[in-house]
Amino acid sequence: MTQRINRRRFNQALAAAGAATAFHPFGIVRAQGARLKVGVLLPRSGVQAGIGQDCHRVVQITGGLLSELGLPGLDIMNGDTESNVDVARSRAERLISEGAQLLVGAFDSGQTTAIAQVAEQRGIPLVINIAAAPPITEQGYKFVFRNFATAPMILGDAFANQLEVFSLTGVAPKTAVFMHVNDTFGVAMQKGFTGVMSKFTMPYKVAQTIAYDPAARDLSVEVAKARASGAEALIMVSRLNDAILITRELVKQRWSPTAVLSMGPGWYEDQYLKTLGKLGDGPISFVPWYDPNKKLAKQLEAAHAKAFPGINLNTNHIYTFEALLVAADAYKRAGSADPKALADAIRATDIKDNVSTGPGIQFNAKGQNDKLKNSAIQNRGGKLVVVAPKGASNAKPELPMKAYDKR
Amino acid sequence: MKRLVEGVPRRGLAILGALLALLLVFPMLASGYLLAIGFLILYFAYVGQAWNIMMGFAGQLSLGHSLYVGLGAYAAAALYFHFGLSPWLGLGASIGISAAAGAVIGFLAFRFGVAGVYFAILTIAFAEFARIGFDHFAWVHGSSGLFLPVANYAENDLWNLRGSPTMFYYLMLGLTAGAFVLCHALLRSRMGYYWLAIRESPEAAQALGVNVFRYKMYAVMISAAMTSLAGVVFAFYYNNLFPEQIFHISRSIELILGPIIGGVGTLVGPLVGALLLTGLSAGLHEVMLQLGIDVPGIRQVFYGICLLLVVMFLPDGVWPPLAKKLGLRR
Amino acid sequence: MPIEIYLNVAASGLLTGLVYGLMALGLSVIFGVVRVVNFAHGEMMTLAMYLTLVLFSALKLDPLVLLVPIAAVMFAFGYLLQLGLINPFINRPEHSQFMLLVALALILVNVQLIVFGPDAQGIRTAYSFDSFQLGPLIVDASKVYAAGAALVVAAALFAFFRFTLLGKAIRACADNYDGALVVGLNVKRLYALTFGIGAACVGAAGAMLMAVIDVTPEIGPAYTLLAFVIVITGGLGSMPGALLGGLLIGLTEALGGVLFTPSAKSMFAFGLLVLVLLFRPQGILGKKASG
Repeated sequence: MTQRINRRRFNQALAAAGAATAFHPFGIVRAQGARLKVGVLLPRSGVQAGIGQDCHRVVQITGGLLSELGLPGLDIMNGDTESNVDVARSRAERLISEGAQLLVGAFDSGQTTAIAQVAEQRGIPLVINIAAAPPITEQGYKFVFRNFATAPMILGDAFANQLEVFSLTGVAPKTAVFMHVNDTFGVAMQKGFTGVMSKFTMPYKVAQTIAYDPAARDLSVEVAKARASGAEALIMVSRLNDAILITRELVKQRWSPTAVLSMGPGWYEDQYLKTLGKLGDGPISFVPWYDPNKKLAKQLEAAHAKAFPGINLNTNHIYTFEALLVAADAYKRAGSADPKALADAIRATDIKDNVSTGPGIQFNAKGQNDKLKNSAIQNRGGKLVVVAPKGASNAKPELPMKAYDKR
Repeated sequence: MKRLVEGVPRRGLAILGALLALLLVFPMLASGYLLAIGFLILYFAYVGQAWNIMMGFAGQLSLGHSLYVGLGAYAAAALYFHFGLSPWLGLGASIGISAAAGAVIGFLAFRFGVAGVYFAILTIAFAEFARIGFDHFAWVHGSSGLFLPVANYAENDLWNLRGSPTMFYYLMLGLTAGAFVLCHALLRSRMGYYWLAIRESPEAAQALGVNVFRYKMYAVMISAAMTSLAGVVFAFYYNNLFPEQIFHISRSIELILGPIIGGVGTLVGPLVGALLLTGLSAGLHEVMLQLGIDVPGIRQVFYGICLLLVVMFLPDGVWPPLAKKLGLRR
Repeated sequence: MPIEIYLNVAASGLLTGLVYGLMALGLSVIFGVVRVVNFAHGEMMTLAMYLTLVLFSALKLDPLVLLVPIAAVMFAFGYLLQLGLINPFINRPEHSQFMLLVALALILVNVQLIVFGPDAQGIRTAYSFDSFQLGPLIVDASKVYAAGAALVVAAALFAFFRFTLLGKAIRACADNYDGALVVGLNVKRLYALTFGIGAACVGAAGAMLMAVIDVTPEIGPAYTLLAFVIVITGGLGSMPGALLGGLLIGLTEALGGVLFTPSAKSMFAFGLLVLVLLFRPQGILGKKASG
């Protein structure tokens, strides 16, 4: 179902040429009970369309869940960034001129930065659903909040969860090869890898690091190189298409690593499980995820399963939902839609009954939720189980991974 | 100054004057959204004008112009990021590096007789080279992106190009107006006539003693240098750079749509083209918004259809027939 | 690194290169004869891949079998496209042709996005995960079949142009446009036919590629670029040249990736392209342009 925009508002800019233009389009205090206008910016066409459209799924079911929780309703205004920074910026401006009182978005770090600047200049809060580049919350913005792990956070938890998995299964590889896609996320992970790893006593040494082109059509060379390194385990940072390609190559080149440890998207996604069937079982992904034992997580899972049967609840859905949850919660506490009041309310957020793993949603002085924890999930029987951390899991991990030719 | 306006029909000057006045007061009337659109129109008008020098004046189809945008952007941004150097000084490096890149491409192409489609493919190859190369270039943070430190928006710091969208709008307006005047002057200069001769018939020009190689090189280098300035503004406006995005072939294609639709080789073509296309894009967004249509990708389909129609029925672009209607000849 | 790795990688590169070569063959035929720069080439292949997907889910036939109807459908598409849309542009400047095909590509990509959605979709055949072992070499089965099919199609095309009257007429158009007109050939129809044949090649290549990779609406442009690189390297207007170009590019990328960093392997293909453009612009097997 699509949400209609029900009123147009144009605001006239009053800035004199060359002078400051920080201004608030609305100083209006809305009566409690009125809905908050939230502009949701996602890449729903262009190269990132798959992820943008996936995030958008949960936007459609959020309304019902929020009202069940007793939170005020949200008027969702959808904006398509078209995976392009120019469009992202102008869409953000457009939504604000249409009356958006809060923005949510936008997955891509570059587009999110452009939107963050608009948000900061117009004094409208931006709650980032997904974007892992660290610099975004290091800019000293007052209106930008991120409820998503940065690359270093994902790395730290990945190592901690790996240690837990190794101790639970009694299997610890001694050598590993690290393969990563050469894009923003992949490089950020690779840069932090050695530094963060040194804080843990990992049982393996990284024999080789292989970077591959995000536009690669064929990964046989890369997998051949990884196999040639003689490593026991394969550590991955990839995207969805690459994960499928790489697994196919693993099968065809007859290499079954002891463990496939992924620290990014792809290896747990629906398309992966569907395309590979039983060949998709085994990999463990160390990613931002939900805590299956939390009440709200179960509610979201149920609502999601009902609206989208056959589609697993994943990171895109969880964090986009939480961004909207933060918006509704802040609106309730602020009591008004004044952007400054909203921003202050968001800064004071303390939601313990959330969906994602960790103690809850809180923001530090820079607008970052640094308390987030990431989980470890494993593909099993065509489904996903959460195997770590303890307390937020619902199954035991299984290693070593069954050889591909024995399935 | 007199020489510049000599020979231009009075009507044309009047229209230009009115347009300039309108553009100057635009920010005072526009919302944040329209200002953002205004900036984009000026940006594409400027960069289209710069590209037009190579194509329209010297007849070389460049499909890798994002190379110069990217080089200009990264040069100024890296110098600011690492040394705090003002972009007004940093742009010297931008111009130098871009002009050098243009010279290399020009030299290789012209000395070895690479022309037409082959030249276009060569430019694509170099842009791709830069894209992949910068992805691995650690000093500018490679594919994880170069993020410029963002300062307080309450003040406009023109020296460091930190400030409000309005400041950037005027900056871009200045650049576009400057480019327009420069191109007009170039066209009327001796070099402009040599370019015309080379475009129409290189052999005849050569026979008359025009050093075809040298003037083609000038065209390429001037085009590259001008384009790099757009890159500088881009870097400081968006405050983040990713090789994957700024050197991408889609950006190269995007920036040549304006001049082709407007009218290749004409002075006003790129401006008209940028206005029409950016306006069309924004207009389509509005129509979708008002009709409540929320199908991702449908705007691009209509945009593509419009492009198709224009290129089929207005083969020389929009400006020549429009100019005739307005009673002008340029 | 043990020598087997290089052999395996090289073998894989060569096989993939053959399929790319078939795709490029379509472009070579189109550009070599009709002289139109088909910047929508990759998007046409993506279209063929989606058609293969649809037919596969409906009929459950192997993509290598489906390549025959797919090629036929794409032939019709190309023929009509040329007659209907592209014909007036043959004598227009390159930038106009470019605009036309860029607009077409934009429309194709986004229609595919709307109809099929952005997620990657693939075909799983019985041999999707098979590989052959020949001594130290482990070779991907799908690639072998696809490469074999590519060779068959290329041979058929070659025979068509060499031995049939129609083929010779098309070559005449390419070699000497005015002469062809003088002799009374219906050039317009022959151009449409050629475009159709080029599109059919692309269609066949698309069907074969579906056995090896997944399709999303966005993969088109990379293949267009690849096709151009191959065609120019191998030689415009030369069919063996397109295949040779494909083999070379496949090999270069593979070896470049294994010797240096895989993320930069495309640079080698572009490097090769630049060298060819400078020192042998007619391509390795091409004839020098007659003006």
